[in-house]
Amino acid sequence: MNAVTLQLSIIVGYLLIALAVGLVAYRLTDRTAEDFYLASRTLGTVVLLFTTFATLLSAFTFFAGPNIAYAQGPEWVLVMGLMDGIIFAILWYVVGYKQWLLGRQFGYVTLGEMLGDRFGSPWLRGLVAGVSLLWLFPYVMLQQVGAGTALEALTEGAVPYAAGAGLITAFMILYVVIAGMRGIAWTDTLQGAFMLVMTWVAVLWVLAAVGGPGAATDALASNPDTSDFLSLGGDYYTVPWMLSTAITIGFGVAMFPQVNQRFFAAGSETVLKRSFALWPILCVLLFVPSFMLGAWAAGLEVAVPEGANVLPLVLAEYTPTWFAALVIAGAMAAMMSSSDSMLLSGSSYFTRDLFRPIAAFLGWTLSERGEDLIARTGVVIFATAAFVVSLFQPATLFEIGNAAFSGFAQLALPILLALYWRRITRAGITAGVVASQCFYVSSLFFAVVPGSYAGWSAGLVGMGLGLVVTVVVSLLTSPAAAERRAIYFDRLGAD
Amino acid sequence: MRRTELGGWIAVGIALAALAIPWFLWGSATIVAGLPIWLWWHVGWMGLASLVFWLFTQRAWGIGIETGRRGDDSIGGNGTRTERARDGRPGGDSP
Repeated sequence: MNAVTLQLSIIVGYLLIALAVGLVAYRLTDRTAEDFYLASRTLGTVVLLFTTFATLLSAFTFFAGPNIAYAQGPEWVLVMGLMDGIIFAILWYVVGYKQWLLGRQFGYVTLGEMLGDRFGSPWLRGLVAGVSLLWLFPYVMLQQVGAGTALEALTEGAVPYAAGAGLITAFMILYVVIAGMRGIAWTDTLQGAFMLVMTWVAVLWVLAAVGGPGAATDALASNPDTSDFLSLGGDYYTVPWMLSTAITIGFGVAMFPQVNQRFFAAGSETVLKRSFALWPILCVLLFVPSFMLGAWAAGLEVAVPEGANVLPLVLAEYTPTWFAALVIAGAMAAMMSSSDSMLLSGSSYFTRDLFRPIAAFLGWTLSERGEDLIARTGVVIFATAAFVVSLFQPATLFEIGNAAFSGFAQLALPILLALYWRRITRAGITAGVVASQCFYVSSLFFAVVPGSYAGWSAGLVGMGLGLVVTVVVSLLTSPAAAERRAIYFDRLGAD
Repeated sequence: MRRTELGGWIAVGIALAALAIPWFLWGSATIVAGLPIWLWWHVGWMGLASLVFWLFTQRAWGIGIETGRRGDDSIGGNGTRTERARDGRPGGDSP
């Protein structure tokens, strides 16, 4: 069997396993929206940890991350450590635990719902959902483009982009509609554990072939092109750049719908505690081997053509075909599963925070089953729209998708203030969200607003702006009559 | 004092974030056991962070967030599902 057939069989095999898991999950499912979106708030430690992890990091960890380490050196590991191991872990407690308590107490399913209730404003709810979808939709589209292009490359053009991306979209729809959150979380867990083991096997295999880490690092140091990779910092890795990246992405991750929604899905306080403490360890276990593989490949002079990914080429050079195929297929499947989660969360934002308030306004009433049906229909609409739009290769949307993490980061500080500062008002948070979003979007598209401020990114500056505007406007205004300030503070406890 | 304790944990969190990147090793290319020394720092620091986080979950979990259970007033925190009924207004939408 040649490499292409092998990779395709592994991918198809993976999809079939995922579908089987989805069917099992479907049999266990109550037909309610809360179960569909949140697995009825029952996820355990391992599942919650891995589903968040797999959702978040898969494509970047195996393709883009090692590529950067190959081109610029392995310092990204440190950025990842600060971003995910520390900043996101702390937000896991600060944002996540509080959201979990509130969600359990008041039955919230989305971030917009939680804020809309506190501030007595369906408009704020719609604004938060709208802003989230603005960043999420192009990001989902990028995943489809990525998977479709990868499939086209893998089959050497036998499966053209439109057919590949279309098939993947159809599969994702089928899978998400059947499996819901429970099924997605289960396959993420299988896949996360599988990829973690595979990454370590890969790095040990390559190191055994080249004579150990000492030899690989020596090759890196003695190669004139890469001799500066090992010293901390450089032209690419400057202090403001490393901090801007770690802070914006760390905060952005916590506001990404599929991650944020998982804060509501934990089964118990213990689950949240364990995941919180394990987070930094998991970061080291995954990022150190995958990024070092990318960096070592530069010293070993593995040639990477323009636009290709380094990890498959290293594996092709030093490990047997079947093993490389297994890792690549796993990584591609991981890309798809990230999209699954985004699709589910995106559709929940759309149906609950935008569609439902409009339906209520028009006087329609929905049964629980009707609600569930709309949730599943939302998935179909969201995925199909992203696929159709991707066919037109819209440059603007590509740019928005690539900036999604910083875009989501703009939401973080106004929302943290909402959770912890009693003096915040509806006008304050609305102004903060609108101002920071306008600023950041302008920095992407208009030359008048620069993208960098003495090395600090517009994303970070926008976060600061959102903070200042929220505080100042809150101090200048008084709470609206419909605001329920007390619900975020009174009688909050875990038992 | 609960407030001092909260301040202490905030300081710990800031310290963990501040030294996650070993700034004092900036420019260093020292290799120890086949890897740059700053990478070993990263491994050690993440291990330490994990330990500190675990200690936090054992000793201070809920600090700054929970009110009514371990806080100053004596209202129990078990208003979980009765909250909606007592309040008279639904919190979130029905799930």
